[in-house]
Amino acid sequence: MKTQVDNPILEVHDLTVSYNKKPVLWGIDFTLPKGVLVGIIGPNGAGKSTLIKTIMGLIPAASGFVKLFDKQLEEVRGKVSYVPQRESVDWDFPASAFDVVLMGRYGKLGLFKRPRKADKEVAMECLEKVGMQQFAGRQISQLSGGQQQRVFLARALAQDAELYFMDEPFAGVDAATEAAIIEILKRMTEAGKTVVVVHHDLQSVKEYFNWLLLLNMRLVASGPTNQIFTEELLQETYGGKLTLLAKVGDLLAKQEVPAREK
Amino acid sequence: MNDLINFITLSDPNTRYVVLGVMLMSAGASVLGCFTFLRKKALIGDAIAHAVLPGVCVAFILSGEKNPILLLLGAFATGWFSVYAVDFIKKNSRLKEDSAIGLVLSVFFGIGILLLTYIQHSGNALQSGLDSFIFGKAASLVSADVYVFGTVAVLLIVVVFFLFKEFMLISFDENYAVSIGFPVKTLEFILTTLTVLAVIVGIQAIGVVLMAAMLITPAAAARFWTNRLPIMLMLAASIGIVSGIGGSFVSYTISGMPTGPWIVLFVSFIAMISFLFAPQKGLAYRWYGREKHKALIMEENILKAFYQLGEQDENFFKERTAEELSDKRGYPIAVINRWFSKLVKHGYLISKNNQYTLTEEGKVKGQRVTKLHRLWEMYLTEYVNLAPDHVHDDAENIEHIITPEIEKKLEEQLQYPNKDPHDSHIPYR
Repeated sequence: MKTQVDNPILEVHDLTVSYNKKPVLWGIDFTLPKGVLVGIIGPNGAGKSTLIKTIMGLIPAASGFVKLFDKQLEEVRGKVSYVPQRESVDWDFPASAFDVVLMGRYGKLGLFKRPRKADKEVAMECLEKVGMQQFAGRQISQLSGGQQQRVFLARALAQDAELYFMDEPFAGVDAATEAAIIEILKRMTEAGKTVVVVHHDLQSVKEYFNWLLLLNMRLVASGPTNQIFTEELLQETYGGKLTLLAKVGDLLAKQEVPAREK
Repeated sequence: MNDLINFITLSDPNTRYVVLGVMLMSAGASVLGCFTFLRKKALIGDAIAHAVLPGVCVAFILSGEKNPILLLLGAFATGWFSVYAVDFIKKNSRLKEDSAIGLVLSVFFGIGILLLTYIQHSGNALQSGLDSFIFGKAASLVSADVYVFGTVAVLLIVVVFFLFKEFMLISFDENYAVSIGFPVKTLEFILTTLTVLAVIVGIQAIGVVLMAAMLITPAAAARFWTNRLPIMLMLAASIGIVSGIGGSFVSYTISGMPTGPWIVLFVSFIAMISFLFAPQKGLAYRWYGREKHKALIMEENILKAFYQLGEQDENFFKERTAEELSDKRGYPIAVINRWFSKLVKHGYLISKNNQYTLTEEGKVKGQRVTKLHRLWEMYLTEYVNLAPDHVHDDAENIEHIITPEIEKKLEEQLQYPNKDPHDSHIPYR
């Protein structure tokens, strides 16, 4: 069950991704319209993070291609923002919340240039938007998990992008932060931005997202939430891995045969 | 004494070169070391330092002279190669990073020692002093060395200054740096190259064996004192410079003393001081915090006991003895007496002929702790569903750490209950 859209803001075409020759995503193919709040839903190990990392060019694709705004990623980097998983960085790093949010301006600044006054003002505004202005000078290890996630969100806001990819922004955050974050994301999509979120709490899916990607090594379904958030499709997504798919993947890894000719 | 004056005034031009050279080298290594440290690649510095030796030897064998530029090139080639050898082994074998580093380090250093022995027996008179690369000898630095190495060290610091934002980003969040289109591979290449350069300009003064310490220890020490990266870099550089001066002074005044080990001793001493006495992160500070909390617990427990005895007798200001308190809390009499005098000093108790009475402040404090204890017991039974006979021990700990904000929330959430789970009255003010 896949809803394809015209003039998509994101087109993922027949994307296969492998770790050490073992495919973890098979032939992912979907399109996203502008201005939707998208949840990528699927069990652990389904390849949710891998999908957005591949879209952001952090992991090479074995085959297939990704187009954003009908262009290559390199041409539209300024319009795309990526929020990594909170655990992917060392929060003991000697930096303040403000320092991290200021990093959101680095892409616009380019190499060698120092942040200008305007950049610092934007960073402060973004901290305010996530309700963290009073923690601007706080060392990042002294923030709670929820506060750290807010800092990451503020950094993404400072990028002033059109399309956002967020890897598990609700992992390990308190209920108040989760509500605050989803509120901000909803406001962003109302303003015409598109937000793609890796998510794994089925309870809140209907309330949070108006578009879904159901993923489990392959794309089970993609489309508006009210059409594809069905018991049947969820069953298919969460009903265990396809054993044959996993077995063939293992075979590919063992024999070191390349996926496709590459 | 003369030595000291000569050293401080830098009256001898040779000393001037040596000290200046060592200062620049130490600063360069310390600044680059901050990034190595933050990127958790401390051991790589060790591999580079050891791998430099064969490069120096090969350069000497090929040129037959101790030209600092050629030696630097040779050192750079093998030092840099070692980084990629570690990477290659890590990617293409089952060895993890630590084993790969150990392997590269020992193989390169072994070859280096082999070549050095060969050179020493080759009869080339120019080779004298080449062995100072192992432990470092600042005194063996001549003006040509200082010019070359000093220039490189200054260059390193300048590059870090201009690429500070980029290096900070790739050290903190590499994936994000890729996602905003920064040339992360190139930046990493530059950072690795700078690190190799920082190591090789230091080896003549500090020696290959201990150069890694110069890279990492100032950074580790500086991290204890600050949470800001720019300050950390400056602090590390200062620590490096001070140790460099100290080490070269010892090596200058006492003949036969190697510079490297002395610099490392100085830098390790500073690191140790930081580890022990830095505010917040230092061991002494944390120990002091724990002791302070322990004292708070003792004081509050005694005042609580006074208050609860007062509840029983319906007289909070009755005079009591140490024995009474000892019976109530189970502390030895001597301990109780010690804390009594402290509480008298702090204005919570009044003493008269070995009898003690609560002051008004003491009663308020004892009452608050009693209230918090009972409120927490209530909370545990009502919200955490613990049995009433399982909540006392927990409350003994929590009563001392509840802040006024939590206290207020606790009261509101429980709606000011009158009795705790054991039917004791909860006293509000």
